[in-house]
Amino acid sequence: MTDFAQPAQVASPQPDAISFHTSTAAEVRLKRRYAAERRFKMYGVVAISIAVAMLAWLLWTILHNGAGAFVRTELRLELTLDQARLDPQGTGNPAAIDKGLYQELVQEAVYKLFPEATSRSDRKALREMVSPVAGVFVAAQVIDDPSLLGRTVELGVPTSDAINQFAKGNIDRDAPPETRPLTDKQIGWYDQLVGQERISRTFNSTFFTGADSNYPELAGIWGALVGSLYTMLVTLVLALPIGVAAAIYLEEFAPKNRFTELIEVNINNLAAVPSIVFGLLGLAVFLNFFGMPRSAPLVGGIVLALLVVSTIIIAARAALKAVPPSIREAALGMGASKLQTVMHHVLPLAMPGIMTGTIIAMAHALGETAPLLMIGMNAFVTEAPTGILDSSAALPVQVYIWADKPERGFAELTSAAIMVLLVFLVLMNGTAIWLRRKFERRW
Amino acid sequence: MTANDTLTVSASPMNAAAMTDAAVKPKMSARDVKVFYGTKEALHGVSVDIRRNEVLALIGPSGCGKSTFLRTLNRMNDTIDICRVQGQILLDDQDIYDPRLDVVQLRARVGMVFQKPNPFPKSIWDNITYGPKLHGLATRKDEFDHIVEVSLKRAGLWNEVKDRLLEPGTGLSGGQQQRLCIARAIAVSPEVILMDEPCSALDPIATAHIEELIDELRENFTIVIVTHNMQQAARVSQRTAFFHLGDLVEVGDTEEIFTNPRDERTQGYITGRYG
Repeated sequence: MTDFAQPAQVASPQPDAISFHTSTAAEVRLKRRYAAERRFKMYGVVAISIAVAMLAWLLWTILHNGAGAFVRTELRLELTLDQARLDPQGTGNPAAIDKGLYQELVQEAVYKLFPEATSRSDRKALREMVSPVAGVFVAAQVIDDPSLLGRTVELGVPTSDAINQFAKGNIDRDAPPETRPLTDKQIGWYDQLVGQERISRTFNSTFFTGADSNYPELAGIWGALVGSLYTMLVTLVLALPIGVAAAIYLEEFAPKNRFTELIEVNINNLAAVPSIVFGLLGLAVFLNFFGMPRSAPLVGGIVLALLVVSTIIIAARAALKAVPPSIREAALGMGASKLQTVMHHVLPLAMPGIMTGTIIAMAHALGETAPLLMIGMNAFVTEAPTGILDSSAALPVQVYIWADKPERGFAELTSAAIMVLLVFLVLMNGTAIWLRRKFERRW
Repeated sequence: MTANDTLTVSASPMNAAAMTDAAVKPKMSARDVKVFYGTKEALHGVSVDIRRNEVLALIGPSGCGKSTFLRTLNRMNDTIDICRVQGQILLDDQDIYDPRLDVVQLRARVGMVFQKPNPFPKSIWDNITYGPKLHGLATRKDEFDHIVEVSLKRAGLWNEVKDRLLEPGTGLSGGQQQRLCIARAIAVSPEVILMDEPCSALDPIATAHIEELIDELRENFTIVIVTHNMQQAARVSQRTAFFHLGDLVEVGDTEEIFTNPRDERTQGYITGRYG
């Protein structure tokens, strides 16, 4: 240590190595270096913690808001399914019966529960306790089981959105009456019904089997899910072969010149084009010029294929590039043609990478909303599409539509639909990771 | 290194009569071969004969063009866009750069073994049968089985892998992989085998194995080998060509090149003054 402080004692022009690295100054430097490393590590931990907290918050909000959508509040009613009244012509076909009659039946059954409520306004308030589409549910049960006709049965019918939300605790009982959708009287009735054990909570299967509806009790994700699946199918069928073929050509066959360089730059730029631009393109070209059907999964699929094809090309090229040149040389050296080399060796080895990239691209397409809005996939469609030419919604668009509706029930549905979307995204990304792990190769 | 010593003895030159015979009609001959990468001339007019059933070693410092020359012999340079070859290379009097010549057929006749063992990530059986399948040498499974057995026996690998032919070739050790690559090359019955530093990624024992193998293969094949290892060139080859900065400086009997080089540059290289 002292050697360094007194250069006169140092024989060589360089400070003595040992003392240089053990001097106090060196210790200070070392401490500073350690401190810098600790600081850097801390920044990283803080950044990750913030990210994880945000994510957790987001997920918790969605779960908390959406969990209710899977449960439906039902009111048990005694219904007299009078054949003479419901089916005066005696067709014997429950499906042919006017659904409005069922709704009347339900309303009468509710009146019967509270005979003291006879005034017009009280009856209106009573009617508002059950869903305005409760008759549809009764009708569906009768269609399922025609033997119910002509009997008096006890059936659960969905309550109105307000009662449903009240039952789930989403409406504050102590809030001033003018700020809540239920009157004090209705709440009193509700409490009575609970006392009579007429209120029950059941699994909301409609959410998984229904399509869009104006009534949250009737709205479900199935229509949008099928629409999304058809759309994804079209996207995959178009984007995968085109993307892989383009990648193979560019990576293995194309001469390296100005023109192919230009193509490459454009493909990379294409991946960064805002997705709504693709929607405008779809609107102008596929709908207006080619006259394809509006709101159809076919057009949605084509537009999304254009959107993700560049991602697939980039991923496929990276996967092809990752195949070691020694494999190509080996095949060429054996007398394989260029095409044989690619088809027999390079492509199979690149396939896991290509599949991974494709799945991630498809996950991207699945969540894409803006281009679908442009081609009219936000249409109000109350049935699941039966083919790629039918009008349909798509999952993210359904989320968008529901998020816009004022009823509290749709707020739940929005979060639940997001959950379904997230489940699919997680499944797809999980498959991608699994594929990558499974086929990871050592050369 | 007693193994190496015995190898040096085993690689003694062929008798003079055989050599003159072979000299009459070389298996391959290159005349004034120039190779350009873009505008850069990498080989400045190389002329050399490759005689039947002999091992020709190509030596020289890094970047001297020996690998480039080797790759012109089965047109592996075709795969490089900017590469251009001038001059003439004959394989049994046939110009291999003739546009009518099929490069697939050429590579079936002139096989290649690379610096890094590069078996296909498939089974040993698939590795060997790939070439024969490609060229239609066999159709039935027993024919393929026969080819696999013969090729592996010739490459001295049969006894080690005969019980696991369906296991991946990439699971073998480095030296075994390289012998698998040699077996793969000889499975299509080529006439010439090109080897591009086949031992540079191997340990000394595996190297000795391969060198022994090269000496045996000489009976049936003509071999051109690029090597950085001058002892190896001396051990396995009958003739040696010394390349320097894209020129073929001199070519001659291995013994003569190593004991009595005519050119000062050869002298400098083999004595280790540069390289």
